[in-house]
Amino acid sequence: MVEKLIFEKSVSGRRGHYLPPLDVPACSVQEAIPAKLRRKKTPVLPQLTEVEVVRHYTRLSSLNYGVDTGFYPLGSCTMKYNPKINEDVANLAGFSQIHPDQPAESVQGALELMVKLQQYLAEIAGMDAFTLQPAAGAHGELTGLLLIRAYHAAQGEQQRDKVLIPDSAHGTNPATASLAGCQIIQIPSNGQGEVDLVALKRVVGKDTAALMLTNPNTLGLFETQIAEIAAIVHEAGGLLYYDGANMNAIMGYARPGDMGFDVVHFNLHKTFSTPHGGGGPGSGPVGVKRKLEPFLPKPVIIYDRQKQRYRFDGERPQSIGRVKAFYGNFGVLVKAFTYILMLGGKGLKEASEKAVLNANYLLKLLSQDYEQPFAGLCKHEFIVTPPKTKEGGIRTLDVAKRLLDYGFHPPTVYFPLIVAEALMIEPTETENKSTLDAFAAVMARIAQEAEENPEILHQAPHQTPLSRLDETQAARRPVLRWKAD
Amino acid sequence: MYPERLKYTEEHEWLLVKEGRGIVGITDYAQNSLGDVVFVDLPEVGKKLKANESLGVVESVKAVSDIYAPCAGIVKRVNENLFAAPELLNDDPYGEGWLVEIEIGELAEALLTASEYEKFVAEEE
Repeated sequence: MVEKLIFEKSVSGRRGHYLPPLDVPACSVQEAIPAKLRRKKTPVLPQLTEVEVVRHYTRLSSLNYGVDTGFYPLGSCTMKYNPKINEDVANLAGFSQIHPDQPAESVQGALELMVKLQQYLAEIAGMDAFTLQPAAGAHGELTGLLLIRAYHAAQGEQQRDKVLIPDSAHGTNPATASLAGCQIIQIPSNGQGEVDLVALKRVVGKDTAALMLTNPNTLGLFETQIAEIAAIVHEAGGLLYYDGANMNAIMGYARPGDMGFDVVHFNLHKTFSTPHGGGGPGSGPVGVKRKLEPFLPKPVIIYDRQKQRYRFDGERPQSIGRVKAFYGNFGVLVKAFTYILMLGGKGLKEASEKAVLNANYLLKLLSQDYEQPFAGLCKHEFIVTPPKTKEGGIRTLDVAKRLLDYGFHPPTVYFPLIVAEALMIEPTETENKSTLDAFAAVMARIAQEAEENPEILHQAPHQTPLSRLDETQAARRPVLRWKAD
Repeated sequence: MYPERLKYTEEHEWLLVKEGRGIVGITDYAQNSLGDVVFVDLPEVGKKLKANESLGVVESVKAVSDIYAPCAGIVKRVNENLFAAPELLNDDPYGEGWLVEIEIGELAEALLTASEYEKFVAEEE
């Protein structure tokens, strides 16, 4: 059933406000507002009572699905539970009631929090300096590539405009490289799902700006040859960019800085438990090695030891400039800071351990019915493909749609592109064994349905307010807004 | 499925050569793999193309794909009907769904005949 819009529920004359009788002389709109400022037509606004409005939006909100309602195994998105204490702290008046234009003198606590968060992230990443400005992961990538280009330009090597990207990479990597004015060279994966070193050696050279790499990669596999990869790129004069989307697998175990990466971004909204998807906004801090620090976005926050005060410093002649209004999504920074303090170093390491354990447990359960394209252990996420059936197999799309009927959010589908019919599953550390068992049982049941009654899958979902949407018509003839007749 | 009069590329474009001009489109195999096409981006008339250079983009509900020039040359006409009706690419890939007309400078190396392309596609599957 298609939900009615609030405009369609409108009944002329209904209202949710009742004003007292006028106790001042009446004054018409015509008298009070000059003609040129008056609109010509009355706006079409919905007319409803207060309770109708409340019920409308409460009902819509109940149709939503989020990590607070159920399991959300969306690969490479790290949909972990976001502890509510993060919200409590972000709501403290000293954080939520301040304005970014206030004098630095009056927001010392907020500045201290940001400086400390930069230090914590630098320690986790094995980098020397961080900026908190970027508003999300892809924004962090763009900031990182602009830093790399600025660095090469300062060395007199403007010609370095090729960015090497494995074929398993997130789509944001080539999009970022293109936006940063670079050309993209795709590196194929080898039979083990890792970067093909022979292919890498063939394309590095004097025009190499950087290699962008996610480690563990999108297949959920750790790039075991990372030291050699780093050496090959560095010898050619290029830099290494770390896409931190999959950092949840290795916190406290391995650091991008130690692997040879020069620039990293983290997704606070993935790894550090701040809401994302519809609950955002995100935050994509970028960390660099010392040699790239002068290029970081300005202003930076510094601590004046003499005055014992934090302040903004805009005197950075080599900076790439500002990448965001004010100083990033501050509320998100508070939540990530809270998460890091709540877990501590040991706790973060344990989170990664449990994330990897959960993924391997679930992989083991699913591999009884589903195909596993890369054998062996995974990190925090893994790929499976639907089972072969007598009918010739079911499609990933059908599995994903059928999961909705059983009350689970589907995993990431058809990604990475190098595996046909991929289901990319990331359970995260915040799910317990019974949730994983329940999900695996449903997946097994879907595999059985595929064998016995494939039609039920082709028609799924059956339990949602709407079933399959016509994506083609939605793209070809989009209806973007409601219009009065 | 693969008309004899056309030349083909391994990137699944076809080229019809006629009196120094070439018409470019995507093959039936390509449109079928892409699924329903929802958006087409084509070059400006007058643009100079190198062989194998990206000349535009075809977007379907499943994927976004570059289209590569099977020959060097200058863009003479683009199929503007596709902007309003991208479904022409699915319905008639060798006719109404053509993409651009190019004044041919030089052909790309290794264009395939219909039977070679058919064999290539069979191997890809």
